[in-house]
Amino acid sequence: MSTVTDAVPAQWGSDTDTAASRAAKRARRRRLTWLWTARVAFAVVMIGGWQLFTTWKIVDPFFYGQPSGIWKRTLDLFEHGTEFGSFWTDIFTTLKEAVYGFGFGSAAGIVLGVALGQNRFLAEVLGPYIKIVNAIPRIVLGSIFIVAFGIGITPKVLLSAVLVFFVVFFNAFQGVREVDRGILSNVKVLGASQLQIVRHVTVPSALTWIIASLHTAFGFAIVGALVGEVLGAQHGVGLVIRTAQGSLDPDGVFAGMLVIAVITLVAEFLITLLERRLLSWRPPSPTEAAAI
Amino acid sequence: MASGNDLASMPVANFTGREDSRIEVTGLTKRFLTPKGEAFTALRDVTFTVEPGQFCAVVGPTGCGKSTTLGMVSGLDRPSAGSVRVGGREVDGVTEGVSFMFQADALLPWKTVLGNVELGPTFRGVPKKQARALARDWLRRVGLAGFEDHHPHQLSGGMRKRVGMAAALVNEPKILLMDEPFGALDVQTKAIMQTELLGLWEQLRPSVLFITHDLDEAVALADRVVVMTSGPGSVKAVYDVDLPRPRGAVQDLRYEPRFIDIQHRIWDSLREEVERAYARTAGGNA
Repeated sequence: MSTVTDAVPAQWGSDTDTAASRAAKRARRRRLTWLWTARVAFAVVMIGGWQLFTTWKIVDPFFYGQPSGIWKRTLDLFEHGTEFGSFWTDIFTTLKEAVYGFGFGSAAGIVLGVALGQNRFLAEVLGPYIKIVNAIPRIVLGSIFIVAFGIGITPKVLLSAVLVFFVVFFNAFQGVREVDRGILSNVKVLGASQLQIVRHVTVPSALTWIIASLHTAFGFAIVGALVGEVLGAQHGVGLVIRTAQGSLDPDGVFAGMLVIAVITLVAEFLITLLERRLLSWRPPSPTEAAAI
Repeated sequence: MASGNDLASMPVANFTGREDSRIEVTGLTKRFLTPKGEAFTALRDVTFTVEPGQFCAVVGPTGCGKSTTLGMVSGLDRPSAGSVRVGGREVDGVTEGVSFMFQADALLPWKTVLGNVELGPTFRGVPKKQARALARDWLRRVGLAGFEDHHPHQLSGGMRKRVGMAAALVNEPKILLMDEPFGALDVQTKAIMQTELLGLWEQLRPSVLFITHDLDEAVALADRVVVMTSGPGSVKAVYDVDLPRPRGAVQDLRYEPRFIDIQHRIWDSLREEVERAYARTAGGNA
């Protein structure tokens, strides 16, 4: 492969290179081991401490629950369901409300955000009203929706859509405003129509902002669905939580929270996958390309 | 030299010659409103002509309204007074058949190299397949075959410029507007890009309006050099550069006596302006 004259330095170079990369790998492994040890230790201290303190009655398990009790209650919920039926129905209902709310809310947020970001006049006309609506504690709208639409899934979907909408809307709006002027002039000169500009420039450019907002938005969708269910429902994890609260069963409340946390983490993971796929064009951030 | 007026003779763009690529800038004036509410004249009564197929460079000190002029020729911006006529027709909105190359890359970072070059034909309604073939062909011409699927951030500055060049030329524009396109490049890359630009320009022969603050660059590339004054911007002098074409490598051209002679002549005129502009900014800061 290489000539005789440069064979020696090449050999030498690759030797130190492999040695260096081996050392770097070892250092990385060591760091990861420590990281995970620390993480596990943290969980053990927190959950173990909770368990111990409640066992020793320093903290009253009647009010604060107990990790072992929460775990048992969770399994019990999955095995025997609630008095209203299978726990899976509850989970499914909450999930359905949250996903619908998330879908409608973010779709409306993106469309309106992009439209207003494009149109200065419209943005200036509607701006103050959007600020006012944003200042209203929207969670209270849940009560109105329940009164208006009964205790089916509609009011929950609406509530979570409203919560999601504002998060996504503001990000989409800002994203459109941040579009690079030079790029915009360039595509205009190339003869792009308004629609083509939106499709090829505005939306992809705003997507970074929009997707960042989707992470928070799904959390809001779940909150909307749960609050709706707490206010009045036939099925749903929120209802399970409220029932547990009514029967002074903190383990039941925590069990509901645990399930919701798992759902949100899974959703977060899926959104991250979507983000990677849609934003694959982005240069790797400096932290990702770790320096040795 | 600044050409006499022969505007009246062409009411409609005709396709017999290349008359439709003549740029006539007449009495162009641009005023802005400052944040304080005062009118600020950036450009006053600028008049010059770029003949069809001519390479015209505009030089001048910083802030003399070079870019403003270009904005109005492209139709992105509107003059406060005066007019720009392209091929005898007054510019009103984005002019057709014009491509623009900016100092900063105007590439879409979320599209691949091929996707970026494809945009021009796509916007003009060329079918997808054909647009793709055209884009591939132009990427080959600028020496970027094999980089079609890269994203702009994966390329060097010089390569991104090539992509920009391919994207500007793929539409086979009759007019090419360039706003310090090579300003941000290192000296070697700049020389290479200039030579390549000349090569590509000779294939298509669009009229070029090339803005730069680098007089060497202007003389090496252009047939005509417009020197502008600053504050407010106006035309100080117009020089015709009669170096023979094809000019070959820009690096070698610099040492030819004819080049040096022309360069000196224009520099004498430009220096005054640069010094004046410098004194003004320095005085303003002190």
